[in-house]
Amino acid sequence: MSQDFVRQLPGSGLVNQRKVGIGHAVHLDVPMLLLLLIISAYGLLILYSAVGQQIEPVISQSIKILVGFSAMVVIAQISPIVYMRLAPWIFLVGLITLALIYFFGIEVKGSRRWLRIPGVITFQPSEIMKLMLPLILAWYFQDRHLPPKTRHVFWSLVIIAIPVLLIAFQPDLGTSLIIAASGLFVLLLAGVSWRLVFSAIGLGVVTAPALWFVLRDYQRQRILTLLDPERDPLGAGWNIIQSKTAIGSGGLFGKGLFEGTQSNLDFLPESQTDFIIAVLGEELGLAGVVVLLILYLLLIGRGVILSVQAQDTFGRLLSGSITFTFFVYVFVNIGMVSGILPVVGVPLPFVSFGGTSILTLFAGFGILMSVHTHRRITL
Amino acid sequence: MVEPLALKDHTWESRIFFERIVVGFAVLVILTLFLVARFFYLQIVQYDVYATLSDKNRIQVQPVPPIRGLIYDRNGELLADNSPSFNLTITPERSPDLEQTLEHLGSILSLTDEDIAGFRNRVKRRQRPFESVPLLFKLTTEEIAQFSVDRHALPGVEVEAKLVRHYPRGELMVHAVGSVRRINESDARRLDPVAYSGTDHVGKIGVEKFYEEDLLGSVGYQQVEIDARGKVMKILESNLPSRGKDLVLHVDSSLQAAASAALGDRRGTVVAIEPKTGGILALVSKPGYDPNLFVTGIDHKTYAALRDSKDVPLFNRALQGQYEPGSTLKPIIGLAGLVTGMTNPDYTIEDPGWFKLPKSSRLYRDWNWRASGAGGHGKVNLEKAIYRSCNIYFYGLAVKMGIDRLDDYLALFGFGVNTALDLPEARSGLLPTREWKEETRGLPWYPGDTVNIGIGQGDMLVTPLQLATAVTVIANRGKWVSPRMLKSGSDLIDRSTVPRLDSIDLIPDPVWDLVIGAMEKVVHRGNQVYGENGTAWAYIGQDIEYRMAGKSGTAQGVGIKQGEEYDAEELDERQRKHAWFVAFAPVDNPTIALAVLVENGGGGSEFASPVARAVLDHYLLNNTGETGRVVATAGEEL
Repeated sequence: MSQDFVRQLPGSGLVNQRKVGIGHAVHLDVPMLLLLLIISAYGLLILYSAVGQQIEPVISQSIKILVGFSAMVVIAQISPIVYMRLAPWIFLVGLITLALIYFFGIEVKGSRRWLRIPGVITFQPSEIMKLMLPLILAWYFQDRHLPPKTRHVFWSLVIIAIPVLLIAFQPDLGTSLIIAASGLFVLLLAGVSWRLVFSAIGLGVVTAPALWFVLRDYQRQRILTLLDPERDPLGAGWNIIQSKTAIGSGGLFGKGLFEGTQSNLDFLPESQTDFIIAVLGEELGLAGVVVLLILYLLLIGRGVILSVQAQDTFGRLLSGSITFTFFVYVFVNIGMVSGILPVVGVPLPFVSFGGTSILTLFAGFGILMSVHTHRRITL
Repeated sequence: MVEPLALKDHTWESRIFFERIVVGFAVLVILTLFLVARFFYLQIVQYDVYATLSDKNRIQVQPVPPIRGLIYDRNGELLADNSPSFNLTITPERSPDLEQTLEHLGSILSLTDEDIAGFRNRVKRRQRPFESVPLLFKLTTEEIAQFSVDRHALPGVEVEAKLVRHYPRGELMVHAVGSVRRINESDARRLDPVAYSGTDHVGKIGVEKFYEEDLLGSVGYQQVEIDARGKVMKILESNLPSRGKDLVLHVDSSLQAAASAALGDRRGTVVAIEPKTGGILALVSKPGYDPNLFVTGIDHKTYAALRDSKDVPLFNRALQGQYEPGSTLKPIIGLAGLVTGMTNPDYTIEDPGWFKLPKSSRLYRDWNWRASGAGGHGKVNLEKAIYRSCNIYFYGLAVKMGIDRLDDYLALFGFGVNTALDLPEARSGLLPTREWKEETRGLPWYPGDTVNIGIGQGDMLVTPLQLATAVTVIANRGKWVSPRMLKSGSDLIDRSTVPRLDSIDLIPDPVWDLVIGAMEKVVHRGNQVYGENGTAWAYIGQDIEYRMAGKSGTAQGVGIKQGEEYDAEELDERQRKHAWFVAFAPVDNPTIALAVLVENGGGGSEFASPVARAVLDHYLLNNTGETGRVVATAGEEL
């Protein structure tokens, strides 16, 4: 094969020198699988405490995990070539559904995020876009010379901007930021010059204050609350004050599993969903949080290894972007609950109660496994 | 997959990707460490701060109000107890929109503007945040059910059961026991906020007021764990309150009921005292009102009706009503006259029915004066002057004694000063003196003023309690006892700051015998020729089973102008004279002394003495109670 030299590359060479395990035969990556299972189990335990030791939500969440897990297995069986070929069409469908939201979207609490195909399914198109955008960008760069030329960077930015803006105006700032990040990660990994990267970051920092005028009232409110939660302790500041109190009062080893007073006595809002890390921090303390962070890092690390081992540009960019995007979830969620980022609706992956994000997350890791296990070079 | 384009430099791509992803992973590890640092800061560095905040969130120190002491009558009957009352309360902090909550409540329960205004006031007076504030009191079961249906939509609203004061005898005992009222703004400023935390009521009147600190008990505390909605999840620590002291009063509720029944629908008062102790056996003032109305907050209309009633039911006539004593004063003036030597048992006057001061044309009339000159009592000595209630004798005696000496002796019997140990509303009446007249009217004391005092009229004012006390002193032959309500715990009563008078020891026994004997004749001297019977004999003395000493009196309700003949028929009922009767019995060993006043009743003997008789009968004859007092003595007598 003409690509034999790939194996000699320093990066991939390091990790490719091993035997194919059972995993490859069924198109799964065993270490990643194990990490996902451990994190999910840990997540279920925290959830069980967060819902006040009721079993029903835990069962419901387990079913969602099972569905997500199955989706992951199915997705992993399909060759990445299929995804690559379908990429433009899937992306187009994704954009259309996003556009349709503006006409047929279901409005919940002042924003339109959901689309219902009567009798078939109700879903969140923006959720699917989290995978579609890296997919289309990876497809876009697959055949192009890297590092990307300026005009390719420009067009890819356009590709990023369309879904991001569509989602931002639903409005769903949290999701649009994650999607933007997933797209930009592709660009970063594709090798845009550091100069461009830092210029963009610099430009972002300089123009950030201007963003203030674009933000809606409730969004401004959240930033003000971040800066000073005490300005409205019983109102806007309540969530963040209570979550910081829950975390801080946990100390090194926590108050004990199921013993968190902040969560059990309902002082902690959203304790099963976005603020669940506060339950962990309160009941299992710094130790429990660090364990979770280590598990996340191991999962991400495995994702990095799989990305590096990918054999082509498409697989590398897609895997790398999905892996880094996963970290964005983790960082934004924990950052907001611990009071260093404004409150945006981002769940804690595999721990927060709720189905949609779990499905997307497992699907993402399914793509990673697909890329990893469908190799043209058998080792 | 197709052949890679020749343009693509795979080596470069892979290396740059590797470099990028490693840098990216490094950044992500740094960011993760940053998160760890953040948690380290919150959980280790700031641990104390947040642990305290968390405890403050969940642990609340709640006052546990003590149970108010019970009040019993002398026979152990409950006069004041505590019964549960269901109140609707709101914790403003836990109610997301107070106005909407009130509106919602208004739609399911009957809420008046007054309720809401009162509620807002109480919210302002709160001592602590997260303290629930009552909105409605005494919810009925229907109201509770109605609220329960909508409860889920009304966060912060609760039904709280609280023990509140309850007066089982209601109106009957109100003026004897007094009552508690809801703590208002001015109370709140005066009362110790710690001692009253969790307590909504304070003794405002009567015994409830005087023994407030004993009845109240002391507040306890409990540390409770609450959830975010303020619901108590568990009690962590508690320091129990100590109950208020129970009180036993001298009052006898069956006697009280008998007195009340004897007065019937008439306005008036009965004060009965146990001579040995000064304990008040009955303290009736009619009309009264139901004190239970006030405990949980009375509605404005009912209150206005009570306040504005011409019969002034809120007014305690027995303690606050100040009336002329009228002829009931005569025995005391007689005693004073004998002791001072200004008269003696044999001194006799010829009563023409009128009295004139030297060098004055003004006529002071006797009660049986006739313009024709046919009135008067004929030959009158002190004894007859008492049992016939002859004014002329006492006009002369008073003038002879002079106001200063009269004042000295009247003061010995407690006039002009409040001596009620534990009845905070009691007034001191008025014992007019030269100084008093000079001060208040800028006029010198005239001999005519003294003439009026001689028959208990003019400026002198007494409360029914004072008169009952004076009669008690006569029954005791001079031994002073301060009137009191409390029977148990004499140490409590020692706190009272009212003056305690000395016993009168300069009156020799024969003097007492004569005066008391004359008072006995008021009731028992009968079957004589016209004008020789005791004034009360015809009304109460004919079938009496025990020996009673009494004296009637008549006090002017409104001023009767000089020279006008008093005509009950022509006067509006409310302008008629007040009828007095004072008495004690059995004469040789008195166990009860009393004063009866029937407002606008007319003549004392005719209208007040039957009330006195009914009360004494009940006490001495019907009562087979614990002391078994009397029937035996009375029986021996007969």
